[in-house]
Amino acid sequence: MSAETATAGGRTMTASERTLQRRQRILGTVYLLAATVIVIYFALPIDGATQSRLVLNLPPVTFAIPDLVLPSAGTLYFMALVAAFAGAIQLTRGFGARWALVLGLVATAFVFAFLVWVAAGQSMSLTGLLQTSVQRAVPIVFGALSGILCERAGVINIAIEGMLLSGAFVGAVVASITGDVGIGVLGAVLVGGLLGALLAVLAIRYMVDQIVAGFVINILVIGLTGFLATRVLQQNQQLNTPPRLTIAPIPLLSDIPILGPILFRQNIFVYALFILVIVIFVGLFYTRWGLRVRAVGEHPKAADTAGINVYFVRYRNVIMGGLVAGLGGAYFTIGSGVGFEREMTAGRGFIGLAAMIFGGWNPLGAAGAGLIFGFADAIQARTSILGIPIPSELLGSLPYIVTIIVVAGLVGRARAPAADGQPYKKE
Amino acid sequence: MTDEKRSIPPTEELARTTEGAAAAAHHAYGDLESVEQPEPPARGPGRLPRLLGPLLLPGLALVSAFLVGAIVIIASDERVINMFGTDPLGALGMGISTTFAAYGALLRGAIGDPVQIGQAIVDLDLNALHRSLNPISETILSSTPLVLTGLAVALAFRSGLFNIGAEGQLQVGALVAVLVGFGITGVPWFIHLPLALIGGAIGGALWGFIPGLLKARTGAHEVITTIMLNFIAFRLVDYTLRTPLYQRPGRADQISKIVEPSATLPQFIDHPLLRAHWGIVVALIAAVVVSWLLFRSTRGFEFRAVGLNASAARYAGMSIARTIVLSMMAAGALAGLAGAAVVLGTTRTMNVGLASGAGFDGIAIALLGRARPAGVVAAAFLIGGLRAGATPMQAATGIPIHLVVVLQALVIMFIAAPALVRAIYRIRTERQTGAEAFAKGWGA
Repeated sequence: MSAETATAGGRTMTASERTLQRRQRILGTVYLLAATVIVIYFALPIDGATQSRLVLNLPPVTFAIPDLVLPSAGTLYFMALVAAFAGAIQLTRGFGARWALVLGLVATAFVFAFLVWVAAGQSMSLTGLLQTSVQRAVPIVFGALSGILCERAGVINIAIEGMLLSGAFVGAVVASITGDVGIGVLGAVLVGGLLGALLAVLAIRYMVDQIVAGFVINILVIGLTGFLATRVLQQNQQLNTPPRLTIAPIPLLSDIPILGPILFRQNIFVYALFILVIVIFVGLFYTRWGLRVRAVGEHPKAADTAGINVYFVRYRNVIMGGLVAGLGGAYFTIGSGVGFEREMTAGRGFIGLAAMIFGGWNPLGAAGAGLIFGFADAIQARTSILGIPIPSELLGSLPYIVTIIVVAGLVGRARAPAADGQPYKKE
Repeated sequence: MTDEKRSIPPTEELARTTEGAAAAAHHAYGDLESVEQPEPPARGPGRLPRLLGPLLLPGLALVSAFLVGAIVIIASDERVINMFGTDPLGALGMGISTTFAAYGALLRGAIGDPVQIGQAIVDLDLNALHRSLNPISETILSSTPLVLTGLAVALAFRSGLFNIGAEGQLQVGALVAVLVGFGITGVPWFIHLPLALIGGAIGGALWGFIPGLLKARTGAHEVITTIMLNFIAFRLVDYTLRTPLYQRPGRADQISKIVEPSATLPQFIDHPLLRAHWGIVVALIAAVVVSWLLFRSTRGFEFRAVGLNASAARYAGMSIARTIVLSMMAAGALAGLAGAAVVLGTTRTMNVGLASGAGFDGIAIALLGRARPAGVVAAAFLIGGLRAGATPMQAATGIPIHLVVVLQALVIMFIAAPALVRAIYRIRTERQTGAEAFAKGWGA
């Protein structure tokens, strides 16, 4: 942003201004396109009397609120109008600095139109969908937090996927053996930390290219867990039946309509995540610890000169990142009450990485980005049940497509820590 | 391929001491290493002869990987664990014998049993000969796509890109190749087969073009975009194979129509046990072409220049954006060709999970082969042998095929961290080959 304001007074078009202009044109076209899709694909096939019922209550209900019943076609045309209006202004005048806000608005309108279209002539639980979104976002945000801890200290961590997978595996096995969820989680956290230590040693001590090191850890974990799942777990199912973690509604808060079930009627992992997001956010930006971490990630030489032990900070943070990812991994098995399956993380670690980038290496941003991915994931899971005429295989690509769009469209704005990925060599 | 060495920019050869005690690193140049350093008294097994030169580190990496693999086999053996309390030595012995049995089966599954082959030749028993040659044929078969995906990753490495997307590029290439293969009828093979191969290359190139363009235009890091495109490619295959255009009539599962005989890559020997086909020749030709492209052509020079130092390349007037896009497209084309080779030669149809993992193996192979075409071919045969031997190993000893994935990860780790291997084996000085760095942050 600072580059844009600095050049605003200049006569000649700078590169950033050109980018801005191009972005305006692209966005405007996309908005108009969205409006067209809503009209042609969603609204026109629906006849005028059809209604969409969006259920807001999720049993058990303390305070019942009425369902949202909308005339399908009318709502769709209104949403199309919103998108078209935004597109027209974007193309002619532009929204200036508020473009991101408008983008969010149009995206919301489009998603809402999609939901109304899906629910046309039937009822769909909106609160349930959002609750699922939060659940699907959990491992993604854990992964993103892991990435933030590492990359703020200047170490790229693409081993998140492997750390999640290892946490899922060890969590399931340890919890099954001990019959204790807590010990299972502890095991998952520790194995994540162990992999973090391996990444740290490879990246810091042996200066292996950090992406290669992370990649190696990923396939090592895929191989090991696949090997052990086939050799040990298949014959011994009792090792792979972790006790189910029950939902722990928070009293009072969980009774709030809509927000209650979404945020406060979840299991302990979700609450742990909320706390972790806030702790890491405050820690990074409002404590001496965070200042040191960021100094190491931005300018290790300067940090070293100021008396900060760069290696120590990097080792510590990468191991911490591993611990967090291991915890997130346990969510796949212990947190969902299912046994381990081979490669069950299905790329969530990488989506977490994208959430980290989208969120600008900021825990709060990453949590928001994770929710978007979780939502895309939840839509895919839900709509295949509701029977809509989009092939479920293609809808299944939705989280991945969103990831690409996000990384391609917005990474230019978010700035990675300056020394991210660069090994440090003390002189 | 001997010219290759000359055209690689000379990398600075650093001689390092690996012992932590020696704080001051001797900056002696490897070639001038004639001055003998005083041998430290009784320090481990001493230094290994450096006669093996460039093969030493990969060799040691392999040995280390197999040693760690042995630990994995032994530690995951239920019987060993149960026996360990009462009879630790016996348990260990059993574990070691299991390991030898597993590795033995892996080796036999990869290259076959020389005694059997010899016996079959002596006896003039054609059936026995076919049977005994089956492992080698299977190794060639599984190496065929690996040579190509290895090249796909290596080529991108050379221009500073980490192409994790060979997996998806292979799938899309296979989709196009199989469509050309069964969709066109009544043309002679010398038209049909090249068309199908080119179709595969184009499909892969398209799937490589997307991350290339995104990287060049927006700075989106290719690691993330290619991984996402892999997932999308899998879903695309899932979907496409259900469409009437692809799905074989009368089948409910996801399997495509059968490739016309005029588009198939024929087997060398027409025998059900010897499935190796001309795809390997296509792959080897591709290796020669890539070698020429990288080290003999202007375009390849640009690829390598951008990979080594993008700013310098830009200063020299090269277009970074164009290089990135072209290099990703070329890489995608190679991976797409791998998909084509599989559907036109091995399976003659397309199904879900076809050649899965070949793209990821390509990364291991490119690292193992130091991103050089000749090295890639050698590494592809190594990994292909492991892959081919894995299934018989599982059948014979019950050791899951995933062991091979573990071995592969360990090999890459040891290859990528030469200092680690040197520290383990106490090799004091070693030629430092240029380790390319790919981690350049998240772009833009």
